Amino acid sequence: MKATTPNRLTVLKTYKLFIAGAFPRTESGRYYIATNKKGEQLANMCQGSKKDFRDAVVAARGAFKGWAGRAAFNRGQILYRIAEMLEGRRAQFIEELMQQDATRAEAQREVDLSIDRLVYYAGWCDKFQQIFSSVNPVASAHFNFSVPEPMGVVAAIVPQNDSLLGLVSVMAPVIAGGNTCILLGSESKPLCSITFAEVINSSDVPGGVVNILTGKPSELASIFANHMDVNAVIYCENDTKTQASIKEQAAENVKRVHFYAGKNWYKEDGQSPYFIMDTQEIKTTWHPIENIGGGGSKY
Amino acid sequence: MQLPKKKTPKALKFNATFTYAPAPESKSHVKLQEQYGLFINGKFEKPNSGKYFETINPATEEKLAMVADANAKDVDKAVKAARTAYDKVWSKMPGKERAKYIFRISRMLQEKARELSVLETMDGGKPIRESRDIDIPLAANHFFYYAGWADKLDYAFPNQQPKSLGVAGQIIPWNFPLLMAAWKIAPALATGNTIVLKPAETTPLTALKLAEIIQESGLPEGVVNIITGAGATGAALVQHPGIDKIAFTGSTDVGKLIQRATAGTNKRLTLELGGKAANIIFEDAPLDQAVEGIINGIFFNQGHVCCAGSRLFVQESVYQKVIRKLKDRIETLIVGDPLDKNTDIGAINSKQQLDTIKKYISIGIKEGGEIHESSCAIPKKGFYCRPTLFTNVSQSHRIAREEIFGPVLAIQTFRTDDEVIEKANNTAYGLSAGVWTDKGSKIFNMTSKLRAGVIWANTFNKFDPTSPFGGYKESGFGREGGVQGLSAYLKSF
Repeated sequence: MKATTPNRLTVLKTYKLFIAGAFPRTESGRYYIATNKKGEQLANMCQGSKKDFRDAVVAARGAFKGWAGRAAFNRGQILYRIAEMLEGRRAQFIEELMQQDATRAEAQREVDLSIDRLVYYAGWCDKFQQIFSSVNPVASAHFNFSVPEPMGVVAAIVPQNDSLLGLVSVMAPVIAGGNTCILLGSESKPLCSITFAEVINSSDVPGGVVNILTGKPSELASIFANHMDVNAVIYCENDTKTQASIKEQAAENVKRVHFYAGKNWYKEDGQSPYFIMDTQEIKTTWHPIENIGGGGSKY
Repeated sequence: MQLPKKKTPKALKFNATFTYAPAPESKSHVKLQEQYGLFINGKFEKPNSGKYFETINPATEEKLAMVADANAKDVDKAVKAARTAYDKVWSKMPGKERAKYIFRISRMLQEKARELSVLETMDGGKPIRESRDIDIPLAANHFFYYAGWADKLDYAFPNQQPKSLGVAGQIIPWNFPLLMAAWKIAPALATGNTIVLKPAETTPLTALKLAEIIQESGLPEGVVNIITGAGATGAALVQHPGIDKIAFTGSTDVGKLIQRATAGTNKRLTLELGGKAANIIFEDAPLDQAVEGIINGIFFNQGHVCCAGSRLFVQESVYQKVIRKLKDRIETLIVGDPLDKNTDIGAINSKQQLDTIKKYISIGIKEGGEIHESSCAIPKKGFYCRPTLFTNVSQSHRIAREEIFGPVLAIQTFRTDDEVIEKANNTAYGLSAGVWTDKGSKIFNMTSKLRAGVIWANTFNKFDPTSPFGGYKESGFGREGGVQGLSAYLKSF
């Protein structure tokens, strides 16, 4: 790493995990070396473990009630705040992406689109419910309506490529809808995932709503899939073997599984409210209507 | 401070001065064949297996008909017929034409409602009052509702072009045989898919009648195929590579097996599985209506309901009163001949299910629950179970955790809103819940915090084609009914 001023030694960042709004090292004490294409060492990354994941699930479950219970408007403001913080640190992210082999133009494009994507989902926070809710004209004397509600705790292995944009594109719809999440950052390009945690941490996102781990998907995928307190799993690679094993293990507690393989996050269809709906449940509520117009009360 | 003396509520007396005369519905209108083949490509065919099994009336244990047992080759034939029909006819047909076929099926169901109701009761044991007033009309309505969607799909999901999936394999349970067939078939047809449906082995007859109606409706051959058999037939259907989508309603255990079996394939999946619904009675509830709601919640269809209100939570201050009323009320329930129009609780669907229920009752007693049964007599022949209450139950008791699928209610108490929310949500299931209170804000607090797909406030066990139904957590995923029910049969977005 180049010194900015002659004779001054640059202070290197220790990349840690992000769990429950804090930056612990992996409890396993393991690390792996992040490199660029030339094989130059960029950083020692935490190699997150099963225990780290379990700690993150506890944090996410603990944060769920509060996050889901917030006003949708407030969630929108917080997502917008994340965009603001990312904009302010734009240069840092461009720099980091360039360290991981992006050209300046590519890095700029990725960071800009990531910011815009956060703004996009910030706007959806208090709108998708109106699009996907319904008042159902039941034939009996009842008032009946259906609304989307967050699924709960979502565990996502975010895209290996597009290490910032992919992470943001997967995370934003999940938390916009009121879920909490555990994200496993890109293994090969992990720097931005932890730097992004710093953005989250300064954006009024309550601790535990977003937890970010680094490590090896080959080790952690099945741990994501078989945890009994996780409601949904998202996996973004085209590796059919891993897909099959995730789906199989997810069955243990009937997790919802979504594969976003081959998604081009730069395209228009890399964002939509249907991504939000992937981690929503529809809840229908019934109540009798009193005997108006001879309809008859149906207690 | 001197506390006012508590009055112990007194039991009502039900003397035998008033009894109902028998009022059985006639069976003469039901046309049954001795033996049914498999409905493949628009025709009833002999099974490749050459095997048939009998379906009985659980109320009398009499044989009703012999039904074909489909093997893997039969499944393959049905899937191929569905594929051909999809490729050549159904996927190309304009929505408005598809709609008219589905409307036609709905009308024919209405025309034959009486025959279907009686047959549903004969084959499954449910009271005629329920099959006549709920199952069959709702089934017809479901077709009617979805028929209208077939040419309006562009309006259902904003900014999307809906596309059908292909061939849907559908497996349905024995508790609402025709209604579940309607829940599966109607949206699949409206969205342009073709179908292989397998009804439950104990209740295949109304599905086979539906096959006759489909034949009569002129629906193109192979669009709907109905094959009968048990678990092995279902497994062959799930594993068939020519299937694009599996829709399953049944037990959570089998649902998990199916989810595992579809791993590594591109088959889309929706599951509607078990439940252990909390039915919550607050002290300010209209108690008499609440008691009716408890009764309906757990004894509707002999408790063979995945969304049954099988965990009752009563606020402590009204506990004695509610229990007294409940015990009085179950004394008045008429258990017996399902075909009798006065019957409240019919026959348990099968010997096997009755054994399961009995097993849970003995577990409940063994674990320290206090049992109370109605004193009613039950018929000697057939499979029957008295309405049963358990008090002195705690969260860890198996009868409060596991789905019994019978007329057995586990009763607990609570003091505060937060306590009951915690208790109600402390389950792997999340299909439904009930809340009884006169306070609007409390209703909304409860209904938004209970983690379940359907919440009934001051009512229970209500269904409608326009109203999506389905669970959270281990109660499955996907919705049936309403606009939301369409997405289960359209390409992902």
